[in-house]
Amino acid sequence: MTVGLEHYLTVSALLFGLGIYAVLTRRNAVALLMGVELILNAANLNFVAFARFVDGGVDGHIMAAFVIVLAAAEAAVALAIVLAMFRNFGTVNVDTVNRLKR
Amino acid sequence: MSEHAILLTALAILLLPLLSYAVLFFFGKKLPRQGDWLGVALLGAAWLLAVRIFTRFWAVGDPGLRVEGGVRWLDLGRFTADAGILVDGMTAIMLVVVTTVSLLVHLFSIGYMHGDRRYERFFAFLGFFTFSMLGIVLSNSLLFLYVFWELVGLASYLLIGFFFHKPSAAAANKKAFLTNRVGDFGFFLGILIFFTAYGTFNYFELFAAAHLSPLSGGLLTLAGVGLFMGCVGKSAQAPLHIWLPDAMEGPTPVSALIHAATMVAAGVYMVARLLPLFDPNALLVVAYVGAITAFLGATIAVVKTDIKKSLAYSTISQLGYMVMAMGVGVASAGMFHLWTHAFFKALLFLGSGSVIHAVHTQEMPLMGGLRRKMPITFWTFLIATLAISGVPFLSGFYSKDAILAGALAFGMTKAHYVPFLLALAAAGLTAFYMFRMVFLTFMGKPRDEERHHHAHESPWTMTVPLIALAVLAVVSSGWRGPTEGWFSRFVAPYDMARIVAQAPGAPHAGEVHAVPAAAHDEHALPQEPHGEPVHAEAAHEAPAHGEAAHGEAAHGDAHDAHVRHRAHITAMVLSILVAGLGILVSWLTYIRGRISAPAVLARLPRVHHVLQNMYFFDEFYAATVYRFTLWFSWLNGAFDRLVIDGIVNGMGYLTRMLSWFAGLADRYVVDGLVNGVGAVIQGAGEGFRRVQTGRVQSYLAYACFSVLLLVFVFRAL
Amino acid sequence: MSGDLVFYGFALLTVLSGFFVVASRNVVHAAFSLLFTLFGVAGLYAQLGADFLAVTQTVVYIGGILVLVIFAVMMTRIPRSDAPRRGLDRAVPAAILSLLAFALVYMVIVGTRWPERATGAPEATVAEIGTGLMTTFVFPFEYASLVLLAAMVGAAILIRERAPQEDDCGDDGDGTEVQP
Repeated sequence: MTVGLEHYLTVSALLFGLGIYAVLTRRNAVALLMGVELILNAANLNFVAFARFVDGGVDGHIMAAFVIVLAAAEAAVALAIVLAMFRNFGTVNVDTVNRLKR
Repeated sequence: MSEHAILLTALAILLLPLLSYAVLFFFGKKLPRQGDWLGVALLGAAWLLAVRIFTRFWAVGDPGLRVEGGVRWLDLGRFTADAGILVDGMTAIMLVVVTTVSLLVHLFSIGYMHGDRRYERFFAFLGFFTFSMLGIVLSNSLLFLYVFWELVGLASYLLIGFFFHKPSAAAANKKAFLTNRVGDFGFFLGILIFFTAYGTFNYFELFAAAHLSPLSGGLLTLAGVGLFMGCVGKSAQAPLHIWLPDAMEGPTPVSALIHAATMVAAGVYMVARLLPLFDPNALLVVAYVGAITAFLGATIAVVKTDIKKSLAYSTISQLGYMVMAMGVGVASAGMFHLWTHAFFKALLFLGSGSVIHAVHTQEMPLMGGLRRKMPITFWTFLIATLAISGVPFLSGFYSKDAILAGALAFGMTKAHYVPFLLALAAAGLTAFYMFRMVFLTFMGKPRDEERHHHAHESPWTMTVPLIALAVLAVVSSGWRGPTEGWFSRFVAPYDMARIVAQAPGAPHAGEVHAVPAAAHDEHALPQEPHGEPVHAEAAHEAPAHGEAAHGEAAHGDAHDAHVRHRAHITAMVLSILVAGLGILVSWLTYIRGRISAPAVLARLPRVHHVLQNMYFFDEFYAATVYRFTLWFSWLNGAFDRLVIDGIVNGMGYLTRMLSWFAGLADRYVVDGLVNGVGAVIQGAGEGFRRVQTGRVQSYLAYACFSVLLLVFVFRAL
Repeated sequence: MSGDLVFYGFALLTVLSGFFVVASRNVVHAAFSLLFTLFGVAGLYAQLGADFLAVTQTVVYIGGILVLVIFAVMMTRIPRSDAPRRGLDRAVPAAILSLLAFALVYMVIVGTRWPERATGAPEATVAEIGTGLMTTFVFPFEYASLVLLAAMVGAAILIRERAPQEDDCGDDGDGTEVQP
């Protein structure tokens, strides 16, 4: 069939699932953040796909742009934290950094 | 005096001494002179009222006349009991006896009990006793007779044990009470048999009912003997006489009032009053018991050295006479002897009290030669001794003579001579030991100079009663026998026909007008010229034999009259002989010294031993009854200890065990549950704690899961 | 038709790369896989006619964020041969959850009647995006710049090395020594 809205949404869903898996599974903090990026991209894909097939305008594009901006800000801060973590603990293994336990 | 007035007077006589008791007991100490004057005054008033009733009955002169009145005391539907007063000739006699002796004893006690710490109590108790005794005399039903009977026992207990600090006194009053209880047990059985059979306690209703429908022979005898048991206990008949000598522990005025004149006479009165309820077999028992007691008492009195003890045994002997009289059919004679005996025995006791007060000892070997020192006491005592010995012209002669005559007639008609023989022997012994008492106490040389020196006559409060009683000891018989003289105005055999005619129905307050006395005592003496015609009437023996055939009785009666006449003469001669013999032997022994008492006793060591130990009655009882009772009590105690306590302790042990089990349940189940809940919570907490991993990814996983869940839920909606 | 092929190509690239991002044991491999994933997404944007966004994605996301990530990866590598094993205990529940998530979304996608409209040829979007940013979305635009500022400052502060202090030497209680 012709590629339509649903195809894009499916891709987006796949990315989303993969991203969830990464977030829940990866031990490395940076890898965990990559998972987050995947999720964000999945969302963006959704926005654009809907903008194209349903809306017809660019509102979806603008939203996606904002998401990218925020993703950047978030990445900066998060990675700064990861580096600080690395400095303090000597590792970025999320399992060992369990000061919140109990 | 109307019947209503008589009853009220009787009630007043009953209650005045009670008032004396109440006031003196609670307020005596606060009154001037501890209130002894009050006791005397109230008793004096009672005495005057008694005399009033006495004169009234004297005027009417009909022994069958009776006044009865009462109130419903207890009404339980099926069971009712009335409290009532009965006043007839016999009652009038008893009222005078009791109030006179009580009044004189009150007066005497002012001197005798002077200085005692519980002076006012003594008079209070005397009042209480007098009230109880009057209750016995005035009661018209077996129930209240029994009530007052017990009250009198209580009064006796209180008075015997008046010096309760003395162990001997405390033991004596206990013995008196318990011995009485034994007799009272039989008494109550007798009362219950009669009540069960006839449904009433009232005397005359019972007489009528028993006369019309007598119980079967065995049961009637049993009931009669049961009633008699009360007399055996109260009037110190063998074998329940043991308490009377010990009762001498009480103050001498008490001995005079209670244990000589009145309380002990209550048993005699009771038998006389309830005579129609005794059948010939029961009366036979009565006669023998009385005769044996008379003899027994006299034999012991001979060897006693304590003046009061000797008088006590003398009392037992004389009571035996009265009881025997009831049994042999001369109840009037028995009552007559009760009357005369009350006065001269009271006199003897008070006289001994006067002596004891003077020489401070009761042992006759320590006395002697008091004649000069205490003349009033001596002369009055002598008069009483003459009376009791049956010396003609004094009151005792007439009463004792009548009894002996009756006993002889009984023997001649029924071939039971033993009572007569025993009574005759007792008469001789009585004369002997009474004069022995006089000789040892008042005559001869004083055996203790110290005591003799200090002895002096007693104050007027003590000698006046003595004199009064001495006068009575002379005149109270009226110098005639019970059936020929004034006494027959008061006491005569029951007129059963009249009684049956007036029953049934509740006692009504009304004068029972006399059909001119058709009463006749089967064994009465032939009348003096002015006496009543000889008639045959159903006497007290009728209930058992049912003989009422007029003609036949009349024929038999004529024969009996002849027999009685002969018996009377014979008995009179013999009694004078025997009395004289007794006095002579006593005089020879103790004055002349011709017979040596120790020598005689030495020749009969075993006899002496037995007599000295009073036939070992006490020892016998101790070895048998007391031992058994104590053993039985021990047995009960052991049962209580082992079985009862065993059960109780066992229950306790069982409870402890069960509690232990319950405790297990509590420990393991309940606590287990409680602790379990805690453990579960703790475990859950531990479990839930693991949520806090500190790992962000796990939090994320939970969050993701929750979101998905929510989405699915809302999607489903 | 050829459009479909292109689509499928980019889609495959994206998903496959995404898979490697997730699955690679080596973080560096994962990072570079992410590069290809992001590139694939850019391509998909282009397919969807979002020309501005495709370029922005490439320049900002790949050129900026990814580079940052690679820097971070490089800087935080533990020079130890035996890296701790992967959290296998989490793999299963995570897999389940992610599958569930995917399933859910897929069911929504398939089950919903999307009000599609016929699409014409893609047009340039830059002008419209610019207009939108200046009018409808001007507030978010300004806020976004503030956020960026805050992020910059925050990151700088977070990463700053503290000046050596007297009590800074020694153990802080976590077993690692802080170098002054």
